[in-house]
Order: sequence, then C-alpha cells, then structure tokens
Amino acid sequence: MKQLTALQQQGRRSNSFRNASSPLDATVDGAIKSPATIFWLILHGLCCLISLVLGFRFSRLVFFLLFSTSSSPSATNIYSALQTTLPSSGAASPPERNVSAAGGSRVVVGRHGILIRPWPHPDPAEVMKAHGIIERVQTEQRSQYGVKNPRTVIAITPTYVRTFQTPHLTGVMHSLMNVPYDLIWIVVEAGGATNETASLIAKSGLKNIHIGFDGKMPFLWEDRHKLESRMRLHALRIVREKRLDGIVMFADDSNMHSLELFDEIQNVKWVGAVSVGILVGGSEETELTIVQTDDNGKDEKKSQVPVQGPACNSSNHLVGWHTFNTLPFVDRSARYIGDRAFVLPRKLEWAGFVLNSRLVWEDTEDKPVWVKEWEEVGRDDEGVESPLSLVKDTSVVEPLGSCGRKVLLWWLRVEARADSKFPARWIIDPPLEITVPAKRTPWPDAPPELPSSAEKVIIMPENTEKRPTKSGSRKKRSSRSKRKRSAKVLDEHALARHSIGDN
Amino acid sequence: MTKDFGADLVGPRSAFKFHRTQPTERISGSAGDVLEDDPVGRLKVFVYELPSKYNKKILQKDPRCLTHMFAAEIYMHRFLLSSPVRTLNPEEADWFYTPVYTTCDLTPNGLPLPFKSPRMMRSAIQLISSNWPYWNRTEGADHFFIEEKAIDRGILPLLQRATLVQTFGQRNHVCLKDGSVIIPPYAPPQKMQAHLIPPSTPRSIFVYFRGLFYDVGNDPEGGYYARGARASVWENFKDNPLFDISTEHPTTYYEDMQRAVFCLCPLGWAPWSPRLVEAVIFGCIPVIIADDIVLPFADAIPWEDIGVFVAEKDVPKLDTILTSIPINEILRKQRLLANPSMKQAMLFPQPAQSRDAFHQILNGLARKLPHDKNVYLNPGEKILNWTAGPVGDLKPW
Repeated sequence: MKQLTALQQQGRRSNSFRNASSPLDATVDGAIKSPATIFWLILHGLCCLISLVLGFRFSRLVFFLLFSTSSSPSATNIYSALQTTLPSSGAASPPERNVSAAGGSRVVVGRHGILIRPWPHPDPAEVMKAHGIIERVQTEQRSQYGVKNPRTVIAITPTYVRTFQTPHLTGVMHSLMNVPYDLIWIVVEAGGATNETASLIAKSGLKNIHIGFDGKMPFLWEDRHKLESRMRLHALRIVREKRLDGIVMFADDSNMHSLELFDEIQNVKWVGAVSVGILVGGSEETELTIVQTDDNGKDEKKSQVPVQGPACNSSNHLVGWHTFNTLPFVDRSARYIGDRAFVLPRKLEWAGFVLNSRLVWEDTEDKPVWVKEWEEVGRDDEGVESPLSLVKDTSVVEPLGSCGRKVLLWWLRVEARADSKFPARWIIDPPLEITVPAKRTPWPDAPPELPSSAEKVIIMPENTEKRPTKSGSRKKRSSRSKRKRSAKVLDEHALARHSIGDN
Repeated sequence: MTKDFGADLVGPRSAFKFHRTQPTERISGSAGDVLEDDPVGRLKVFVYELPSKYNKKILQKDPRCLTHMFAAEIYMHRFLLSSPVRTLNPEEADWFYTPVYTTCDLTPNGLPLPFKSPRMMRSAIQLISSNWPYWNRTEGADHFFIEEKAIDRGILPLLQRATLVQTFGQRNHVCLKDGSVIIPPYAPPQKMQAHLIPPSTPRSIFVYFRGLFYDVGNDPEGGYYARGARASVWENFKDNPLFDISTEHPTTYYEDMQRAVFCLCPLGWAPWSPRLVEAVIFGCIPVIIADDIVLPFADAIPWEDIGVFVAEKDVPKLDTILTSIPINEILRKQRLLANPSMKQAMLFPQPAQSRDAFHQILNGLARKLPHDKNVYLNPGEKILNWTAGPVGDLKPW
C-alpha cells in the first residue's frame, strides 16, 4: 500500500519533472538537447509508467527477468513469485516439485501463496454438524465426569394468576427446560387450576402436574407466605401419594436459578441446604447498609451479606445457619402485595432446601430415624415454616455447593400493584381503545406534528406528567427537553395554539 | 516384544464406565505400550565432565534458559546426573553424553541466537576427543547430543555420526538428521498444572488457536511465514463462528484449550510448536498443519490415531474436513488423549517421574541399541573432516 502511494508520488514527481522539463525544453532550442539525456529521460519515464501500470511487484519482476544475469536465483523462486502474483483466490496448489536439496519432499522452500477459497464464509450445514459434534462430546463428558446416576428432579412451584405471573413463571420454566436431567414439575395454583396457567405451562414441554389449591391468595405478605407453605406441603402430599422418586426442590416462581444448582443437588443424600442470595428489590433509595454502632451482646453477623444458607466450620461440617438479618428493615418493608417497599424473606426460605423424595413416602424401610412421620407434620399445616420441620434434628442437613460457599439461586419477591390490570394471557384482544398515532410518540428525531384537534391537546398534559420521570431516567435529548418546555407552555396557556415545531 | 494393549493403567480415569447400558469400556492404552517401558537396565550412559564454562557458567549468565522452549537440554543434563542409567565407568557405557548448553544464548526478548553454537559444540568435541579415547573410537557414533535449535545451514559436520536429540522434525530437511530422537519442546509442567479446570467443564469451543498469522516483522508481505498456511487459516475462517482464532494473548489460554474440541497446531518458522504439547496435556485434539513433519517419539506414540493431519494445501477446506470426521473417531481420540501416560510422555517434570519425556528419550536411545559392529573404527581410521564448515565456525570458542 505504502509502496503504491510512494510510487504514485514518484510518478507524479516524474510527471511534474517532465512537465517542468518540457517548458525547459521549450525555452532551450530543441535541437541542441543531447540525445543521451533525452534517452535517459524517456527510459526513466517508461520505467515509471510501467511501475504505475503494472504495480510494484510485476514491474520488479519484469526488471528482474530482463536484467538479471546471475544464475543463482533458482527457478523455483521465480516460479513461486509468479505464482503469488497470480490471483491467489481459487485453489491454486503450490508447486509440487523437487527442490534441489531434498528429494521426494512435498515441501518447497520459498514463497507460497496464501490459499483462499472462493467463498471464505461458514457453511450453515457444516456449522450444524459441528454443533452436533459438540453436543455429542458434551454428553460424553457428562457421562464420564458428571453425575453418575442422575435422579429425577421434582420441582415444586406455588403460583397464582396475577400480572407478574407470566414473566416469573416463564423464567422458571426456561430454567427447568434447560436442566439436563429428568424433571417433574408440580405447579400448585392458589384459587384453583386455571387455563391461563395451564396454557403457559404447556409451552414448556415438561412433564408437569398442575393442581389447584383452594383459597385465594391473600393480600398481606405474611399471609401469603403462610399460604405458600401450605401449598408446598400439599405438593409434597402428591409426591407421597404418587410415590414420585427423585430429588425435591422448591422453585418459587419469582426466584432465579442457576443450572449449577441442578447439578449440585444431585449430590444430596437425604436433606440438603444451599446458599440463597437474597435480592431485596425496592423502588427508590433503599438504604440497606446500616452502621452498626452499638453492638449489643450477641451480634451474630456483622456483615450484611445477603445470603441465607448453611454455615460450616473449617472442616466442612454444618455448624449453623446464615440468615439475613431483617430486623433493621422491618419497618420499611412491604406489608401487602403491590406495596412499593421491598419484600423481606423469612428466616430460612423453602427454596434453599432440597429433599430426597423418599423422606415423605410412607412405608419405606430405609428412612432415617431422624425424619418425622408425615402425619405429624401434615396435621399442623400452619406451623410449617421450612422443610426443617420435617426433621427432628437439624444437624443431619447436608450443606451443598462447597459447603454453602457457592450461591446457586437468588430469592426475590416483586409484584405489581394490586389493582394493576393486564390482559388475560397477555393477548390483546380486542385492540386497545386509545390509539395514539405514531407521530405522537416522542422519538427524538421525528418532527412533531401540530396538534390538529383539541382531543390530542388534552392528551398532551398527561404526557407531560409522565415525562419528568421518563426523561429523568434516560439521557436528555435536546429536542425532548425543548418539547417539554413547549408542552408546558401549552399547559399554561390551556388551549392556546403555539407552534411546537421547534426543530 | 509384544505386550497386550489395554494394560492395567493405574489412575482414576481408567476406571470410568459409560452411564448408559453399554458394555463398559476402558480407555484403552493403545497409545504405545512402549511408552511404559522402563529404560533402567536397558542402557548405560556416561556423562562427560566438561568444564563449567560449557554449562553451568552459561546458565548463570542467563537464568531465563530454564524456562524457554529449549530448556530440555539443561533439565536432561540434571536428570542424567542423578539417574540410575548413569554409569561412572565409561568402559561399560552404551551411550556418551556431552553436556553443552548451546541454545542458552538468548536475545533480550528471549529468542535464542544460533550463531555461537557451532563453535561451542566444536570446541566441546575437541575437548572430549583429546581427553577421552571414546570419541575417536567411533568418531562419535555412540555419542548423543541434545541439539535443540536448528542451525539454518544444517548439522555440524562433526556431528554426522552422532545421534541428535532434537525438537526439529521435518523430513528431508537439512536440519533433521536421520536417526535422531525427536523430543517435544519444553513446556513448564507446574504452570500447566496450575491452570487445570475440572474435566466436567463442557467443551464448547470447536476449533481454538491463539498466535500469529502474519509475522509482520520478518515477513511483511506474507507467504514465507508458515508457508502461507497460517495466513490461509486466518483469511478463510476469520468470520467463522466455529473457529475461535485470534492473535491475542489471553490469560485464560490454558483454560480455553481445555474447553475446546480441536486445537490448531500449524507450523510457524519451524514445523513444531509447544502447542502440540499443550494440546495433548489439555485433552484437545491437535490438528497438525505441517507437511512432512516428524512428531516427537514417533516410534512410540501413534500420532495418526491421536491427532488430525491436514495438508497445507487443504487448509481452505479445514472446516469441511473437521466436521466430516465421524463422531466415534473424535470420541476415540479424546479417550486416547485422556490416557495419563500420553500426557506424561510430553512433559519434563522436575524432579523426573516415571514415563516422562526424559525416560522416553532414554527409551528411544535404548531402542537404537546395540550399536552396529562397524561403527567401531580401526585405530588410525578417520572419517570426519575436522575442517569442514564455514570459516567462522573454526574459530575457537
């Protein structure tokens, strides 16, 4: 590239030289100019022209061939040089000839072409084949290094129909669809089984048991937690009746699960506990960091690490539990569903525990002695706060996820306002009543139209109300701010027609 | 000497069974039962005592020699000094070793300079031929040298009859001597050990390569470096999502290799590269793009079964070639690569362990025994020409 430009400059220079020389010639009487200089001039010009036209490599080649007298440059060099000057696309094979030094070798010393095929882009069929190969390799890896005898995962999800059901349940559904083991999904729905939930679940293609639970979901979070516990126990009853075999885990519909969780729970023997990250979501400024100035007596956890789960000592034995200290926040927490404040977890969430389903079966011989009888537990539905109520002695719980050091799932409770409306099954039918033409939407570079009717003007003030929050959260664009100002002007002067077109 | 394949391999990996109801299959040890030979008792090596200016002083001047690719010569010397194959009685020795560190002359960047090594070697040979009678007895036919870095103009004439242990393997090349023992380049075992990831991590990269495609410093127009093969790989597959290739130097290089199914090992200025060693250690199938290459321990390791060989002219079709390998072949290659004795044979661990590269070198030398009767010269007979070679080499060192 550089050489070409240098050449061009050289050419230009020579051109200019020639131009400069021709006036010179004109000034001097032409006849006196010596033929030698003219000859060299013309030769120089010719050489430059050849270089320009043929390009650097060719011209060098031509000169080399014309003027070289030595016999040392081997034929292979010239041949391969010629080879490279030919368009290198297409499968031109390198010269397959014997080099003088070696006999019978395929390897030739010297310059080789860079072979590029005519369409150097991926072929979709081959990409698919490669993905098939990768999948097969991974299956092999899993069978060799992964869990030896994977057990069925039984996921229990309590849910009910509300605005956020679809996004939450879709998240859980997709996580469960990616689990590489056999899965049974037990969905317990408060208020009875509905078609809405059923249609959502059916999209997963998973084996599921969809049961309804009598009782509408209550309004207060306290009561909701209690009802969810009862729903989970109901699901465990189903496990017991149907004698489902596998590992029971509690997948609440607003939680987020990592796929490593499902690999890790395969290691459980009877009861296991994993660390749960607590996401205390909130709207505006939620000061979660508190300064513990006075330490009163026993202060369990100084650090506000929002994780619930097993606590181990250095020899990896369970010695206690990490819980998220919610006391400082209780007065700021949400009380009813749809409250703008954040929702706090209880001491130990169900989601952090996994059970061997045989614990709830009746009449199995090898049930360990420390498990309570089902009848005992099931009688008192109200008091069951966590699966720990199923065991007499909490020290038998196995800590999973490298003894609780790995956080494998996250707990979150986010709900919409109680009076929020959403279309059934999130399908818009019939079309919405208020249709605002696209020009009304404040795209930054679309020139705004003049309001043509009073109706549209009335709509404007509503937009100005909402806009402060929107423009506060996004980057301000000049047009929008101007718009806001002009819209405010409109607001002040009621129906006065000012030109909004400011762009 | 035949041993049955699939000989008992000690180690956790040899006991894996398939999960499905297929009959159980061991990772068969057909990667050369020869790898498990023990050289002790099969040969005896005598190590010449050279003045420290040939070895220790050089190392003291530049301790970087211990970690670069050609560090094998230093480690081999140390290994032989304390190995049971060493004998202090030269009369019963089968092989003679001259410890001279010829590649320990490094540029500030760490690349070895080949200029002084002929003179150094020549001076060492003069020393041993004048102080001991064993060189002249056979004119070096039962001596071996570790000649790592290839000198462009070929083997030193004085070494014509000796056996070279070298990393350079290309057929019909002036730098490869017939009958040499080809060894892998040195790769630091501890560093690789420190970057191991659990084997259950799924391999999700199809083809992996990190390195230069164009050597802009020495070959700006391309076509000389790697005989154009690396440039061809780049031009053909730079936008192919299956090929994770680039010139970066990521810190996760070793981890990435363990997540890849195929690792490209194309030639550079020389046909061999440490990538082969790294690919074998990390279980990534090596794709060797180097015509006429001779791979390390080729008589012991069945490289055809383990790696994929692609001719340089077939590089534009590399994706077709790799995706059309039957899946059973790929799984078999991975099983062979998982064989621990395979990985061990590529390493130079400190201290030496059984079946590692040091032992494989000795095995290679032992396989060349016994020496042919006619290497022993009659007294007074001379074959080598002591004044051959460029004049610059004849200067004393």
